[in-house]
Amino acid sequence: MEWYLPVIWAALIGTAVALYVILDGFDLGVGILFPTAKTESERDLMMNSVAPFWDGNETWLVLGGGGLWVAFPQAYAVIMPAFYLPVILMLLALVLRGVSFEFRWVAKTSKKWWNLAFFGGSLAAGFFQGVILGGLIQGIAVRNGQFAGGAFDWATPFAALCGLGVVAGYGLLGATWLAMKTEGPVAERAREHAKLLLLLVLAFMAIVSVWTPIAFERIAARWFTAPNIFLLWPVPLVTAVVAWACWEWLEAKREVLPFLAVIALFLLGYLGIVISNYPYLVPPTLTVWQTAAHPSSQIFMLIGTLILLPIILGYIVFVYWVFRGKVREGEGYHS
Amino acid sequence: MEFDPQLLARIQFAFTITFHIIFPTFTIGLSAYIATLEVMWLRTGRDHYHLIARFWTKIFAVSFAMGVVSGIVLSYQFGTNWSRFSLVVGNVVGPLIGYEVLTAFFLEATFLGIMLFGGNRVPPWLHVFACIAVAVGTSMSAFWILSANSWMQTPVGHVMRDGIAYPADWLTIVFNPSFPYRLAHMLNAAYLTTSFVVLAVGARYLLAGRHVEQAKTMVRMAIGFAAIVAPLQLVIGDLHGLNTAKYQPIKIAAMEGHWDGTKPGDFHIFAWPDEKTETNRYALSIPKGGSLLITHDPNGLFPGLKSVPPRDRPPVPLVFFAFRLMVLIGLAMIGAAWIGLMLWRRGRLFDTRWFLLPSAHVWWAGFVAVIAGWVVTESGRQPWLVQGILRTADSLSPVPGSSIAASLALFVVVYGIVFSMGIYYINRLIVAGPGVSATAVSEHGLPSRPLSAAEEAAREALGQRS
Ligand code: HDD
Ligand code: HEM
Ligand code: HEM
Repeated sequence: MEWYLPVIWAALIGTAVALYVILDGFDLGVGILFPTAKTESERDLMMNSVAPFWDGNETWLVLGGGGLWVAFPQAYAVIMPAFYLPVILMLLALVLRGVSFEFRWVAKTSKKWWNLAFFGGSLAAGFFQGVILGGLIQGIAVRNGQFAGGAFDWATPFAALCGLGVVAGYGLLGATWLAMKTEGPVAERAREHAKLLLLLVLAFMAIVSVWTPIAFERIAARWFTAPNIFLLWPVPLVTAVVAWACWEWLEAKREVLPFLAVIALFLLGYLGIVISNYPYLVPPTLTVWQTAAHPSSQIFMLIGTLILLPIILGYIVFVYWVFRGKVREGEGYHS
Repeated sequence: MEFDPQLLARIQFAFTITFHIIFPTFTIGLSAYIATLEVMWLRTGRDHYHLIARFWTKIFAVSFAMGVVSGIVLSYQFGTNWSRFSLVVGNVVGPLIGYEVLTAFFLEATFLGIMLFGGNRVPPWLHVFACIAVAVGTSMSAFWILSANSWMQTPVGHVMRDGIAYPADWLTIVFNPSFPYRLAHMLNAAYLTTSFVVLAVGARYLLAGRHVEQAKTMVRMAIGFAAIVAPLQLVIGDLHGLNTAKYQPIKIAAMEGHWDGTKPGDFHIFAWPDEKTETNRYALSIPKGGSLLITHDPNGLFPGLKSVPPRDRPPVPLVFFAFRLMVLIGLAMIGAAWIGLMLWRRGRLFDTRWFLLPSAHVWWAGFVAVIAGWVVTESGRQPWLVQGILRTADSLSPVPGSSIAASLALFVVVYGIVFSMGIYYINRLIVAGPGVSATAVSEHGLPSRPLSAAEEAAREALGQRS
């Protein structure tokens, strides 16, 4: 039990983070694409397509952060101070874009500012999430189980690259979401942007995949030694196939399939990162076992999670089902 | 320049949480009010109630968004600013917040979608259900977070090993001694605060002669409800204080400005507690009043501040004045609610200007009392962050003061903008009023015909919304 519990928790938190990235990813992506709209009513349509979901989507971020604290307090206590500034900037960006959902509808002359806040907030939130990811892969300076680095240790070209990669990825998710949920010029344009963004995302994935094994020995050792290499070579191959399928489906104007393909791309990228870093929660020093909470805390929380998570997933699916189909222009907000 | 990280982190936390608590106070109360209205609508079939519910739902949506985003900030601040705290008590406090996410946040955030946008996609009963789910979610959220906070005030059910708290008995932890009082007091505070906001809006309409029918319902519901919960708050607060006297006697001593525990305490209506001389200046007091309140015996003794060294005392004037402010507002609210009740019985509630005019302007009273109450609770616990276990000074993250200063400045700017615009927009929604009939909107996507000038104004104010 002592050995399994932290692994179960790591898997659960990993799932929460993956769900967060995919779900909030598409609504952040719609924000990132906001400037591509030509008219105010197109912007209304784009925002309406995500308005019923964004709050629930963001709750996965709270579960990811809260879960990390519950199950791995030591990791939480190291990671948060290490990424103090990017975390705070991400949160502030989320504040601005979150309130613009509601403020924009009531605003008259100041509407353009909330359009800007929605775009800028989504962009910055995605960017800093990527920076934090890059910073984690880079590794954190730890001494005596405490963060021992400087305030700007995270600020490297690699982290910036990851930031841009995540922005492109969210944009891609958002574009395929719009292609699926809207009609007319918004959907048309989203499809074109999706192709562009797909190429961009593949480029970022390729650069990161080359950069990390060169820069970080532990990651090279993970991928390029036997027997791992024999087990892991399909990962890049499957990624290529999925990307190709996504392109074809976009060309064929399929509605749902491109979105699903992008989700698969995200999961593959995520899998790659997990493979590179397992079992470290705070690379390259602290593992899931070293940072785990007391088993009593982990079990107390696990029981609740196993009972409640299926219920939560159930009603989330229900709400997505209620809002199934295309969003129509002028569809009543708050009606 | 050198920044003191501890001071800055405390200011930052106090600022962000004070900002946050404003919105839960309102959304807990308002979601319950909206759910009530929707149930009344479902049972009577009267559109009147639906109209009022839709009106408050728009205001709710704006407030809720501000509550959510400021709450997400807080949940991360435990790690960014108080990482030692996260480590020392994470095994105990963490799961309580984890349960909050699982039982409350997902519930409210998910059904919010249907509550706000699902009106014409689901049958009425399901919409009403969504409103109830959101209301239940907000109260559940209060349950868990207040359990966590109460454990920090009155920690039990754990064992300390190598300076880290480990859980021993979860039921004891969740239902720790101060929790029932704090939960009751805070939920009641939310209802009370909200009823005074509803009263203010209703009174404002009555004075202006607009939306009179809806305004009458609002004022009647608010007065009727406040007449019960306002005195109830006094009773709960008294019991809460008695419980605190048992578990956190120094906090009570600070609230009462009680220095010398060897004599019965006076109740100071006003005083200036002087921490240097350990006395009260300019005191206007009821002799032995403090003892009467705390021990329910005029000659009863309770510990004074001098029983602990100064380094173990909270900031006395802050706690002392915040407590008086809260109680003053509480008494004023009882007075206002009962005067309203009296006018109601005489049939003069809707045309008594001297009552409606002040009522229309004191919507903020409850919020001030809530913040004051939290200052009493939190500052009164100082210098401890977790009573008897962890001092605030030992809870800090290893983060340089300059980072905290920079982020504090950003918080002040961003929250300043968000708060002032939020208030401005809520006011605009109130000006627009419960205008457009909801059924007219849902059938045609647009109101079929403007029924009055006020409704025109409403549509204009709401822009593309309708
Ligand atoms: C008495 C009630 C209460 C108190 C003391 C707090 N909150 Fe809160 N919080 C709520 C009552 C609430 C709520 C009613 O559930 C909110 C407010 C509006 C809303 O959207 O939900 C909320 C929202 C909210 C959210 C967003 C939830 C979502 O995604 O829907 C988070 C992460 C937090 N809070 C976290 C905190 C933390 C870390 C607190 C303490 C330090 C805290 N809250 C104090
Ligand atoms: C929502 C209502 C709350 C309000 C208005 C509130 C208010 C405050 C204030 C004003 C301070 C600063 C006290 C001082 O420095 O003198 C503070 C500190 C603190 N409170 Fe609370 N608090 C609330 C709830 C909570 C909850 C629920 C928790 C934890 C579960 C919590 C944890 C803390 C922490 C970690 C500090 C920082 C240490 C400190 O500055 O003293 N608070 N709070
Ligand atoms: C009418 C007389 C009132 C009394 C005697 C009273 C009593 C108290 C006491 C003793 C505390 C501190 C508890 C502790 O930390 O140990 C407290 C806290 C608090 N009060 Fe009051 N109160 C009154 C009115 C109000 C009103 C009108 C509101 C708001 C509308 C309010 C909101 C709060 C809040 C939010 C707290 C902090 C949370 C808590 O510890 O419960 N109180 N009150």
